[in-house]
Amino acid sequence: MKRIGYLILYASLGFVAIFQLFPIIWLVLFSLKDTREIFGSNPLALPQEWKWENYVKVWEGDVGVYFFNSVWYTAIAIILTVILASMAAFAITRMQWKLSSFVLGLFMVGLMIPVHSALIPLFKMFLSVDLIDKPLSIILTYTAYNLPITLMILLGFYYTLPREIEEAAIIDGCSINRLFFRITLPMTIPVMSTTVIINMIYNWNEFVFVNTFISSDKYKTLTVGIQNFIGQYMTDWGAIGATLVISVLPILLAFFFFSNKVVEGISASAVKG
Amino acid sequence: MKKVMSNKLMIAIYILPALLLIGILIYIPLALTGYYGLMDWDGIGEMTFLGLENYITAIKDMKFWDSAYHSFLLAIFSTLSLFIYLGIALILASKIKGANLLRKIYLIPMLLSSVAIAQLWIKVYNPSNGILNSILSAFGIDNPPVWLGDTSIVLYSIFIPILWQYAGFYILIYYAALKNIPDSLIEAAKIDGASPLQIAFKIKVPLIMGVIKVTVVLAIVGSLKYFDLIYVMTGGGPSGASEVMASYMYKTAFSSYNYGYGSAIGFLLLLITLVVTYLIRKFTSKGDEIQY
Repeated sequence: MKRIGYLILYASLGFVAIFQLFPIIWLVLFSLKDTREIFGSNPLALPQEWKWENYVKVWEGDVGVYFFNSVWYTAIAIILTVILASMAAFAITRMQWKLSSFVLGLFMVGLMIPVHSALIPLFKMFLSVDLIDKPLSIILTYTAYNLPITLMILLGFYYTLPREIEEAAIIDGCSINRLFFRITLPMTIPVMSTTVIINMIYNWNEFVFVNTFISSDKYKTLTVGIQNFIGQYMTDWGAIGATLVISVLPILLAFFFFSNKVVEGISASAVKG
Repeated sequence: MKKVMSNKLMIAIYILPALLLIGILIYIPLALTGYYGLMDWDGIGEMTFLGLENYITAIKDMKFWDSAYHSFLLAIFSTLSLFIYLGIALILASKIKGANLLRKIYLIPMLLSSVAIAQLWIKVYNPSNGILNSILSAFGIDNPPVWLGDTSIVLYSIFIPILWQYAGFYILIYYAALKNIPDSLIEAAKIDGASPLQIAFKIKVPLIMGVIKVTVVLAIVGSLKYFDLIYVMTGGGPSGASEVMASYMYKTAFSSYNYGYGSAIGFLLLLITLVVTYLIRKFTSKGDEIQY
């Protein structure tokens, strides 16, 4: 009786796992097939001939350009966000000033607001300072909109970090900048790496800012670029599949190597409403 | 120590860059949205002041209310699906071998961009070559509905990928909360003769009620803001059957160049989100946090 019960439990968990993986496996399979095979034979069979050409073809199209744009926007925005949020966390938890809790409140509320409600004025602002269709508009918005969640994750760590070392450094005559960059920041590397992962996922997958602010193909990221790109390849499912696989691969690789960090980061980001 | 740490110049250097960024790029635009909603503006020319006309139009606009209705339907579906996620998490947390690997597998769709998910599921739903209809025809179902083209089912068709995307996220949160319950409580209940189902629903679920409330807020507010996946999958169609508030706002501004009216809808979206968040927090805040 008990064994049958366990069997049912495992079967239901297995079913969910299959449901979660199945579409992705199917995607990888058809990204490696030619059109005839995709439309003609068993959709779950391995490719008769592995069509790596699909990947070469789309990469030499514009996907390569979109990919590198995604990489460098994501990277620069991560560095800015994590440094600025660390400095803010340091100011809020270590320094003494009156408006500290009010400012913290501003960041907290920033977690809840719908991006779309700010989109039109942002568009007009960037238009008036000539940043529309410039990568800087994307890097600035990524940084600003990820600051609240990054700060929240960092704060939890800063509050629990023992202060004795920092106090001793100050007594020894260490300056604030030296204290922050040489002592505090290195101690927060574990939590910083969690925020890096979370920022990487958000920035890499972001759509609406790029779709709104960027119109030149040479500045588009993968999420927006693949939209137009897929339009050109209406019936060439192999090319579409290859494009999609390329666009999700970096995050999946990061997950494969740092899955515990990703799990930690995603759990911590649950405060984001 | 105290003197060094209250140096005004240093405080400004550390807090101002982050504060200015969220002030200029989040708070000022939010306030301006409400103001632009009072304007007639095509995005390029001069703005002219209209007063409350855009807001009155929105309140009478059936398309806006339809989109709000769809957003709220998605919010209800998402909230109901939390029961499924909770059930799976309860099973997963009951000393299952491989639980850690399984919760990571469940999480994979959550890591993909909404655009990639939308493109993939457009293919899944493809009438002639999609994997869904291939499976259905293998079971002898030869006349499946047009999943994304039928106004009466398109919203459900869109909800399946949303379910797929977020399942791992909520299971992960519930699983972590369940693992935090001290074993001694569960052991005590077992000694008192409680059945596994009683332990699950009379002890475990009440103990993680705080986390469940948080996920309800996340699911509802997240649904009200939902945009990317729907915009890519259906563009709100066919004939508005899957339009949601954010996609209606986006199209009004950036496709129809009616930025004034778009801003008014954007501001209403903000108000609705804030009011709903406040209401759920208020209704779920009864009862104190549990201390172990």
